[in-house]
Amino acid sequence: MITVVLPAQLRSLAGITDDVGLDVAGTVTPGAIVDALEAKYPPLKGTLRDPATGRRRSFVRFFACGADISHEGLDVPIPEAVVLGAQPFYIVGAMAGG
Amino acid sequence: MSKVRLLVGTRKGAFILTADARRDNWHVKGPLFGGWEIYHMKGSPADTNRLYAAQSHGWFGQVVQRSDDGGDTWETMNNEFAYEGEVGTHMFYDGTPHPWAFKRVWHFEPSRTDPDFLYAGVEDAALFSSRDGGKSWQELPGLRAVKGSLWQPGAGGMCLHTIVVDQSDPDRLYVAISAAGAFRSVDAGQTWKPINCGLVSPYELPDPSAEVGHCVHSIAMHPAKPNVLYMQKHWDVMKTENSGDTWSEISGNLPSDFGFPIVVHSHQPDTVYVVPIKSDGEHYPPEGKLRVYRSHTGGNDWEALTRGLPQEHCYVNVLRDAMSVDTMDPCGVYFGTTGGQVYASADDGDSWTAVCRDLPAVLSVEAQVIP
Repeated sequence: MITVVLPAQLRSLAGITDDVGLDVAGTVTPGAIVDALEAKYPPLKGTLRDPATGRRRSFVRFFACGADISHEGLDVPIPEAVVLGAQPFYIVGAMAGG
Repeated sequence: MSKVRLLVGTRKGAFILTADARRDNWHVKGPLFGGWEIYHMKGSPADTNRLYAAQSHGWFGQVVQRSDDGGDTWETMNNEFAYEGEVGTHMFYDGTPHPWAFKRVWHFEPSRTDPDFLYAGVEDAALFSSRDGGKSWQELPGLRAVKGSLWQPGAGGMCLHTIVVDQSDPDRLYVAISAAGAFRSVDAGQTWKPINCGLVSPYELPDPSAEVGHCVHSIAMHPAKPNVLYMQKHWDVMKTENSGDTWSEISGNLPSDFGFPIVVHSHQPDTVYVVPIKSDGEHYPPEGKLRVYRSHTGGNDWEALTRGLPQEHCYVNVLRDAMSVDTMDPCGVYFGTTGGQVYASADDGDSWTAVCRDLPAVLSVEAQVIP
């Protein structure tokens, strides 16, 4: 079970108040996590990836095990500690504005 | 007894304001979708409890919300707005070609007869429609074929912000785009013609009378006179009496002819309202006095409406979709400001009351009469 931490705006959009537990089949990548997240919470569809390009939105960041893995690609396996549930997968709105 | 519902979109959520027919005591509900920008909310004339909301966020893109119970509960709809065919390019701010890319919905225009049919005006400028209540969207690409490569963004982006449907002939549509101009379709949006003859933009365009490229801020029509359209352009208030074939200026005695919204009285087709703003560089009222101007003569002769509005030290703006009228008698007129005030008049604009004073910056106001 992977634990995903969402920013407040997406928690309210999904109608949840806490972190999300996700079962992700196959190789666990940021893209697979987003797929599973959208399947479980359809209102989130299109909020993390641009529907036109399939790319991560530029103000969305992925953090794992204390590292920013946003630029490693949607198809690159994430750290084992996140896969095993020992560490959460953070989806973060980029720091911008005041 | 009928009720009036105001759908207020702001920079940080939506609010629903309701009052009875006297319109002197308002209940405020919200924020809905807190923290998200609500560019526009509009109810279906065919089913007043069917509401559509354009919810967006600079980080997380576009969300489309729909309510079937007057705003008590909401459901997310399809948020994929895919342009048809090769996206091509429009002009960027610096005049270079720039690929079309969807950013957000600026305006929803629901059908008067079918609660599941609506148009959506989007940025980068294009017109979409849905026949299933927002579950899917299809572009009407004929619009972008009208010299789209020469369109350019206004200060708020390159947005299709105004959709006017002729109630006597729903196949007859008008849209306005910043900064491309006004366009007309007589075949339900399949083909389009630019209708900008008479618009003059000497400070914005190398050819001031160009066929496309004008920064039209808003257009309004009264259903009883469908060939007459009123326009607030970047500068100039304009009017056409031939469905947009030619426009003439009706700014008359306004203290400034810059502004954003323009609306027509519900029962008097020649009564028009604007809110003059000092300039494109100074987005606040002239002299720090918030004044709605009303013309009973279809323009040129304007009177200032000031009772109940701040007449000193007022430096707010009123955005293009942030003014609306209801269909009650007397006509209710409403507008919201970037300072978070929502003002209401239940007497044709003669006097005003602040319904709210401290909302987030108001982006849109739509009035509904609930039977």
